[in-house]
Amino acid sequence: MPPNGTDQPILWRYIAQRVLVSIPVIIMVGMITFTLVYVGPGDPAAIIAGDEATPEILEKIREDLGFNRPFPVQMGDWFWKLLQGDLGTSYFSRREITELITPRLQPTLSLGFQVVVLSTFIGITTGMLAAWKAGSPLDRNLMILAVLGFATPGFWLAFLTIWVFAVNLGWFPVIGYSPIQNGLFAHLHSLFLPVMVNSILASAFISRITRSAMLEVLREDYIRTARAKGASEFSVFLRHAFRPSAIPVATVIGASIAGLATGFVLTETIFAIPGLGRMLVDAIVRRDYPIIQALLMVVATVLIVVNLIVDILYAYIDPRIRY
Amino acid sequence: MTESLLKVENLRTHFRTDGGLVKAVDDVSFEVQQGETFALVGESGCGKSVTALSIMGLIPNPPGEIVSGKIELDGVDLTQLSFGEMRAIRGSKIAMIFQEPMTSLNPVLTIESQLSEALKIHTDLSKKAANDRALELINMVGIADARTRLKQYPHQLSGGQRQRVMIAMAMSCTPKLLIADEATTALDVTIQAQILDLMKDVTEQSGTALLIITHNLGIVARYANRVAVMYAGKLREVGEAVDMYTEPRHPYTVGLLRSVPRLDSEKGAPLAPIAGEIPDLTNLPGGCAFSPRCRWAVDRCFAENPLLEETSPGKKVACFEHASVGLNV
Amino acid sequence: MTAISDTSKEWELAPPLSTRLKGMFGSTYRAAKRDLVLAAAITVLLVGLFLAIFAPTLARTDYERTDPVNRILAPNSHNWFGTDNWGRDVFDRTIVGTRLSFLVGFSVTLISTVIGVGVALVISYFRVLDAVMMRFVDGLLAFPTILLALALISLIGPSVGNVILALSVTATAGKIRLVRGAVLSLRESTYVEAARAIGVPVPRILMLHVLPNIVGIIIVQATFTLASAILAEASLSFLGAGVPEYVPSWGNIIATGQGYIQVGFHISFFPGLFLTGTVLAVVLIGDSVRDHLDPRLRGRLRTTAAQQ
Repeated sequence: MPPNGTDQPILWRYIAQRVLVSIPVIIMVGMITFTLVYVGPGDPAAIIAGDEATPEILEKIREDLGFNRPFPVQMGDWFWKLLQGDLGTSYFSRREITELITPRLQPTLSLGFQVVVLSTFIGITTGMLAAWKAGSPLDRNLMILAVLGFATPGFWLAFLTIWVFAVNLGWFPVIGYSPIQNGLFAHLHSLFLPVMVNSILASAFISRITRSAMLEVLREDYIRTARAKGASEFSVFLRHAFRPSAIPVATVIGASIAGLATGFVLTETIFAIPGLGRMLVDAIVRRDYPIIQALLMVVATVLIVVNLIVDILYAYIDPRIRY
Repeated sequence: MTESLLKVENLRTHFRTDGGLVKAVDDVSFEVQQGETFALVGESGCGKSVTALSIMGLIPNPPGEIVSGKIELDGVDLTQLSFGEMRAIRGSKIAMIFQEPMTSLNPVLTIESQLSEALKIHTDLSKKAANDRALELINMVGIADARTRLKQYPHQLSGGQRQRVMIAMAMSCTPKLLIADEATTALDVTIQAQILDLMKDVTEQSGTALLIITHNLGIVARYANRVAVMYAGKLREVGEAVDMYTEPRHPYTVGLLRSVPRLDSEKGAPLAPIAGEIPDLTNLPGGCAFSPRCRWAVDRCFAENPLLEETSPGKKVACFEHASVGLNV
Repeated sequence: MTAISDTSKEWELAPPLSTRLKGMFGSTYRAAKRDLVLAAAITVLLVGLFLAIFAPTLARTDYERTDPVNRILAPNSHNWFGTDNWGRDVFDRTIVGTRLSFLVGFSVTLISTVIGVGVALVISYFRVLDAVMMRFVDGLLAFPTILLALALISLIGPSVGNVILALSVTATAGKIRLVRGAVLSLRESTYVEAARAIGVPVPRILMLHVLPNIVGIIIVQATFTLASAILAEASLSFLGAGVPEYVPSWGNIIATGQGYIQVGFHISFFPGLFLTGTVLAVVLIGDSVRDHLDPRLRGRLRTTAAQQ
């Protein structure tokens, strides 16, 4: 209990501690990813060499690319290259994976940004609305929708929306992606359906948790204190109840971002969006293991960083963590 | 100074539960004078806190509802006010302090913002002026290092300090009535006395009436002018605090007094807890609700419910046998 | 229930147990309505189970035989759900697909629960093993379930057994984390300490004092594993990375219909309905079980379920 209000050192210590906790997880993720492909079937030399390779050529490839070194050495080498930003080389196209990923970033990041913003907004507002009117028909209907959203498979919902809005109404192209360079409107228009599908599903979850967290906080003694002061119901809700209930909400938003990684693999496939998710599916079809390896590593690292951000958000939300 | 500030008349607050109708407050009437200290005493579950929340207009509806009766503050019936009008009274004319200092302050807001909130709601003070007043208030309740404390969060304060903050918060708009609902129960015994003294001091300085709600008859004698004893939703005995302590006339009051140690009791006299259990409010016994636990009970007590009647000036008792009831019997 | 607890402190009368139990369900009317939803969910699941067992004998056509003349027929009196691009009956393929969904769902749930609970119980009593195992679990859980499963299947090849294996990996890791957390907090409890103090051997403590107390959490979590495994299998098969194409799965039937969305909406629509209905039923049953066991668990388990 520091006697003064200087919270900075403690906040930084907390952040540093969270970062330190993340490092072994990233290392473990790397070890799992590398081992998976290493012990997996298929001789990388044979895949690279093609069908008509002689044993001599295979041996030469192994020698050149270091496939004949011991496992720990190869893993160490892989990690060392990762640290330098080298994700390896595609078996299929023989190009640097970082080079292949770059053009794929825009669609996925744009989709991700829109979905996170939209689903957070929809989820929190509907969740608070349901908590505000707890027990009313509005609350019940919102929660029925939330349960439905939890159970509906994204790829089927995508199918339905394409059928309604693209095939029958013709408001949107059935598939296809327009990059930002071709105009922001065309870009947003081409992503509208995938953004909607993913946002609706993600917000169902956020909404449910927001509602239950709000209802739990509204039972707290300090809410009664606020009412006893004469605070308006509006202020009770937004000023007194929302922030204390934001921790589970932040957790769920973090978790829903992990869900998006899966959602995007499916959505990008259905809507033919040339993003990272589509790249992964293509790599799996072609058995391009270095790309699979690299993408797994990238996604897991992004999610670990997201969790780290959520942890830091906790400290912002709740002073009991900060001090 | 004998003008009545708060007049509760025939108040009935009921709760509809799955187990049946709970008459938490059942035909309760009492008055609190300007500036006096009035104590409402009873075991947990007797309806004293529901009485307090009814006065504050904070009965959660559903399941609770003020079914009938009046609650007049300065002649205005609070039960007839709209939600907005009642809100303007809460925190400005009536303030309340709750039992749990640990959980009654918002963990994510600074002491300063919680302390100045009522001022911002009920007065036109600027932010700066409200914060200055917050500093004044926190000094008034005797918290050291006030400036630093204002910038801190509740978890950085001890239980006693938090209850001091609660008092400062309640007094911020100089209310006419301060309700303290078991405000010291959760605190250490030594701190309890300090907090009670503080409440007494600050209310006396501003002429605020104090309504103490407690199960502890021991603290009542020292702080209250008048006392009402409540059992199973009804007042059983009302009178001067001193009388209540020396000459209780209701068997329940006698039971309460016997169950706490007294300085003036004979040496070696055993403590006697009240026999039996608190009745199920959804299923009260017929007649007087206390009759199953009462050693003075006669046949009539099981059939009829005694009304609260004046037995001597300033003293009301609800007991058929009040003449024979006493501490030494 | 929610509103009453606001004031329960003020009139803590400890109502009789029957009242409190009733209170958990709100009013009797609401309880009845909720029971109705639960009954509907159980019915859906039972019908699904029935189809999973008997669908191949119930199928009126050879669901693998192609019939190019009758391709992409709209639903009609003979082909209730229409036919697909090879002229195969969608109704028959959909009900046969039930078998795969249930097989994968229940297998993953059973495997992950048994292994997960076993490992969690054992490691919670061995500090070093626990530290190593949990780092591994953290690593596995850092991957989104389907991505890791996709990668695994691309390595070991698409087959029903491999789909079950791939999905069991993350599900098991999730179980280990959840159960270990529960065991660790129980270990601090007075009665476990008391048992240790009087020298009850560790395995006996685990079986007699710890396990019974986490059964509720395990059951609730199992329903979420079931729901997410069914969804995951469909997703994998939809991507063509799950079971082989010739095995009818809701996922690969939907994928087929995707290509004929302009002319054959029905091909994807009906299996999707079955999939959604099944998952919904499992989720509702899970919700109901959780509310029966402990209303306070609300939210918490959801969060862990989502992270898997």
